[in-house]
Amino acid sequence: MSGKKQPVSRRQFLNYTLTGVGGFMAAGMLAPMVRFAIDPVLQASSGGDLKAVAQVDELTTEPQRFDWTIDQVDAWYESEVTKSAWVYKTDNDEIMALSPVCKHLGCVVNWQGDPDHPEQFFCPCHDGRYYKDGVNVPNTPPNAALDVFEHEVREGTLYLGNAKPRGEF
Amino acid sequence: MLQKVYDWIDDRVDITPLWRDIADHEVPEHVNPAHHFSAFVYCFGGLTFFVTVIQILSGMFLTMYYVPDIENAWRSVYYLQTEVAHGQIVRGMHHWGASVVIVMLFLHTLRVFFQGAYKKPRELNWMVGVMIFFIMLALGLTGYLLPWDNKAYFATQVTLEIAEGVPFIGEATKSLLGGDPEIVGAQTLTRFFAIHVFFLPAALFLLMGIHFIMIRKQGISGPL
Ligand code: HEM
Ligand code: FES
Repeated sequence: MSGKKQPVSRRQFLNYTLTGVGGFMAAGMLAPMVRFAIDPVLQASSGGDLKAVAQVDELTTEPQRFDWTIDQVDAWYESEVTKSAWVYKTDNDEIMALSPVCKHLGCVVNWQGDPDHPEQFFCPCHDGRYYKDGVNVPNTPPNAALDVFEHEVREGTLYLGNAKPRGEF
Repeated sequence: MLQKVYDWIDDRVDITPLWRDIADHEVPEHVNPAHHFSAFVYCFGGLTFFVTVIQILSGMFLTMYYVPDIENAWRSVYYLQTEVAHGQIVRGMHHWGASVVIVMLFLHTLRVFFQGAYKKPRELNWMVGVMIFFIMLALGLTGYLLPWDNKAYFATQVTLEIAEGVPFIGEATKSLLGGDPEIVGAQTLTRFFAIHVFFLPAALFLLMGIHFIMIRKQGISGPL
């Protein structure tokens, strides 16, 4: 800041005050509307409850598809939606529950969907493939492994929660 | 930076005369409240425009949540007002603004009337103004149904009965507006919605454009 006085002309002063007051009014008007519009981005996601999906003794080492329903609250609309998982026991007897949603662009994958690759998951949309453990086969469109459901076993029943990407476990 | 962008564009398409023509003109002394305080009456046209902008903006944002369906309309309004951040403010702006805009419009009309500003050569603009007035009333009327609560429902029933009262074409008018000769329901709501957010605003923009172009052409009327 120089010590010299900077003369402000009448025109400049008016310009500044009018821009200031106008900007303040516009901001006061727009702020609530913008916050209103971006609300979905800022809403905390509700962690889904675990739901009973299958009996543990139904499970084999072969992936099987299980469907179950959850109560979904979609703003003002409540409904039941069906979720699915490919579930099997690994060689060291751990339960694996894979999401059927393809990591390329979200189609639904099938176990043994492609006769040429019987021991893999297959996505019909762009010929994406995954090994049995859900890891994507290199040089097919998907670039990540299938998501894995959180799971819990209580008294011989398998409960599943939300599907999460591999890194988040 | 901004100046450079402006210059770059102006260099190519010469935009300066465009905005000068719209924005850069003198405010006559008799219209300036700094000279004669009573000149504040000239503000009502601008205030009407200001509130209209609020209505349009807040309406656009409300449409992000609102659904014009008899099962969900009320619930979507309830949701946006109680669950969405600032929903109460945004809905409040549109709700109260709808009344304020009519008040401003009325004050503006009073000014034009008592100053005799409607006289030759501005008769046409008075007529356009009257049409704007009716469009505004229609916006208030059609918007009133949209929350689909009891008040909205019975007010609309009355509206449609009034429409039915018109000689000869009454019944047809009622069906046309309400979507059904008898029921105030699903089709009434979708029609009122379409009229409220598409048809009337389109007409309003057109008329406001004409209104303002005529004001620029004719200038503001002289002192009393
Ligand atoms: C959305 C509605 C309207 C808006 C936004 C609006 C806006 C304006 C504005 C900004 C002016 C400039 C002068 C001033 O600010 O007073 C004006 C002038 C005028 N308005 Fe409106 N107006 C509206 C409705 C009406 C209505 C309902 C009428 C008459 C029934 C009307 C008749 C006129 C006339 C005749 C003029 C020219 C007056 C003059 O030059 O002194 N307007 N209007
Ligand atoms: S969506 Fe599965 S391969 Fe493209």
